Amino acid sequence: MQIQSYFSQLDSIEGELATLNLGPTHPATHGIFQNVLKMNGEKIVSAEPTIGYIHRAFEKLAERRPYNQITPITDRLNYCSSPINNMGWHMTVEKLAKIEVPKRAQYMRVITMELARIADHLVCDAVIGVDTGALTGFTYMFQERERIYDMYEEVCGTRLTTNVGRIGGMERDFTPAFHQKLKDFLKTFPAKFEEFHNLLERNRIFMDRTIGAGPIEAERAMAYGFTGPNLRACGVDYDVRVMQPYSSYEDFEFIIPVGTQGDTYDRFMVRQEEIRQSLRIIRQAYDNLPSGDYHADVPDYYLPEKPDVYTKMEALIYHFKIVMGEVPIPKGEVYHAVEGGNGELGFYLISDGGRQPYRLHFRRPCFIYYQAYPEMIKGSMLSDAILTMSSMNVIAGELDA
Amino acid sequence: MGWKVSGLPSLKPSNQKPETFQPKTFQPEHMTNELIHARIEQQRPGILVRHETAYDGMLTLETTREQILPLLQFLRDDEQLQFHFLTTLCGIHFPEEKDRELCAMYQLHNWRTNTRIRVKVFFPIADPHLPTATTLWPTANWMERETYDFYGVIFDGHPNLTRILNVEDLDVFPLRKEYRLEDGTRTDKDDRFFGRQGHEGRSFD
Repeated sequence: MQIQSYFSQLDSIEGELATLNLGPTHPATHGIFQNVLKMNGEKIVSAEPTIGYIHRAFEKLAERRPYNQITPITDRLNYCSSPINNMGWHMTVEKLAKIEVPKRAQYMRVITMELARIADHLVCDAVIGVDTGALTGFTYMFQERERIYDMYEEVCGTRLTTNVGRIGGMERDFTPAFHQKLKDFLKTFPAKFEEFHNLLERNRIFMDRTIGAGPIEAERAMAYGFTGPNLRACGVDYDVRVMQPYSSYEDFEFIIPVGTQGDTYDRFMVRQEEIRQSLRIIRQAYDNLPSGDYHADVPDYYLPEKPDVYTKMEALIYHFKIVMGEVPIPKGEVYHAVEGGNGELGFYLISDGGRQPYRLHFRRPCFIYYQAYPEMIKGSMLSDAILTMSSMNVIAGELDA
Repeated sequence: MGWKVSGLPSLKPSNQKPETFQPKTFQPEHMTNELIHARIEQQRPGILVRHETAYDGMLTLETTREQILPLLQFLRDDEQLQFHFLTTLCGIHFPEEKDRELCAMYQLHNWRTNTRIRVKVFFPIADPHLPTATTLWPTANWMERETYDFYGVIFDGHPNLTRILNVEDLDVFPLRKEYRLEDGTRTDKDDRFFGRQGHEGRSFD
C-alpha cells in the first residue's frame, strides 16, 4: 500500500515538488517510523507519517498473562525510562487490589523513577545536541546514563528492560553498592551535567538551529492531547506528579518548568530543568528515606522469601499460587496515570476477576502527540523536521506498543 | 532555581509557586460525581442512558451513539464542566452482551478542577458505526484509527480511517475476543479446578 501511494504521488509531481521517503530506517529518525514528505526544494509541503513497524500487540498480549507477567511488557513501551512504566503498572494493580504500599517502598520507587526520568531526558537532550551537530556532549551524557544503568542493576539486576519492583513494593532493599553509587552520582553528576548544559544553552549555532524550529501553540497542543515536557514547553504546567500525586510525590518540593514558545529550544530547556528537579527530588527522597519494610505485607501478591519457599508450607503455597497466576483480583475498572518520560502514561484496566486482565489499554503519550508532527513541520526545512522529531522524543516502543 | 533568562528567548519557571501549591485547591466542591450528573441532566435531559461511579471512583456515563457527539461537545464546552482534554479513547468487546457487544470508552479530563470522567457508548458488532470525534479534538484522529484497527469500529466522517498499527491487508480485528488465546488442549489452567470463572475459561468456538 505504502509503495503504491508513494508512486502515485510521484506521478502527481508538479513543478518543483518532490516526494521524499524519510525512514523507516533513516538514522536521523532514531527509531523505525516512516514519513513520506512532499518537498518543495528543501521546504516541506506535507508529511504523511506511517507507524506500527514495531507493533507487538501489547494490549492483546496482556489479555492472556497474569498480572505480574505484564510488567515485562511495560518495559518495552518507553524503553528509555522503563522503571516509570513498571511502577505505573504496579500502582494500577495496587489500586485495583487496594494494596497500601509502605512509605519506604514509595520513596524507593520515587528514587528509581526519577533516575529513569533523568536517563530519559539525558538521551533526548543529548540527541538534540547530536542532530544540531554537537556530538561531544552526547558521548559524555551517555557515560552518565551508564551510571544510572549501573544503579538499575543494583536495584533489579537488569539495565534496559528493568522489570523493577513488584506488585506491593520493591523486590529487594537498596544494596550497599547502590547507596555508594547513588551518593557518587549525586556528588559528581551535577557538575558534568552543567558542563554539558553550558556547551549548548547559549551556543549560537545551537540556538540558531533550535529556536523557532517546530513550534506548537498551547491551545493546539492541548487539542492534540500533548502532555509531559512537550506540553510544558508551550507554557502549560500540567504534570501528573502534581495534579494526581502518586507514590508520595506530594512530600517533595519541586517546580514544573515551562517554556513559552513550544519550539525545539523550549523543549530542550524544559527537559534540562526537569533533570535538575529530578535530582532535587532524589536528594529529598534519599535524605528522608523512611525506615521500614520495602514491600507491603500482602502474601497473596508478593512472592515469599526463597528460603521460606523451601522450608515452609504456607510460603510454598503462596509461591505456587502467584507463579500460577492464581491471585485474588477483584472485579473492577481502574485508570491510573503516572508522569512518564514523555507525559501522562495511563493504564486503563478492566478486571472481571479472572487471572488476566479483561482489557488493558495503555494511554501512550508518544502515540498521541506524534500525530501533530505533520502540522508542526509543515513549511519548515527538512533539517528542522529532523530536529523537531528528536526534540519530541518519539520512542518507537511507546508509539507502536 | 532555574536558568539565567535575561534578554534571551525565553523560558521562565512556572508561575505556580511550588511551596504554596496545594493540589486540593484545584478540586472545587462542585465537581463531585453527583453534581456533574445533575448538571448534565439539567442542561441536556435524557441524554444519558445510565450513570455510575466506577470502581476507581470515576464518574462513568453511558449514552447512545446518536447522542455521543452532542454529549462530548456539551461536556467540553459547558462553562461549568469544561472537560476540555480528551485523555484517551479505546474499544472494548463484550461478546456475551447481545447487541451491545462493542463499547467505545472516552476518557475526559478537566485540568482546571482536576476532574476525570468516562463516557461509554455500546453498539452492536453487526453494525459497528460511531460518529467521529475528530471534529471536537484533532487528537481523536489516531485514537479512532487505533480503535478501528483493533476492533473494527467504523467512525463515520473520519478523514482517514485506515489501519494504523497493523498491516493494511490484515483481515481480522485482533483485539476482539473471537480468537482462542490458549492452546485448546491445555488442561492445567482449567478454571474449574480453581473455583473461579475468568474470561479465559470461555469458549470462543
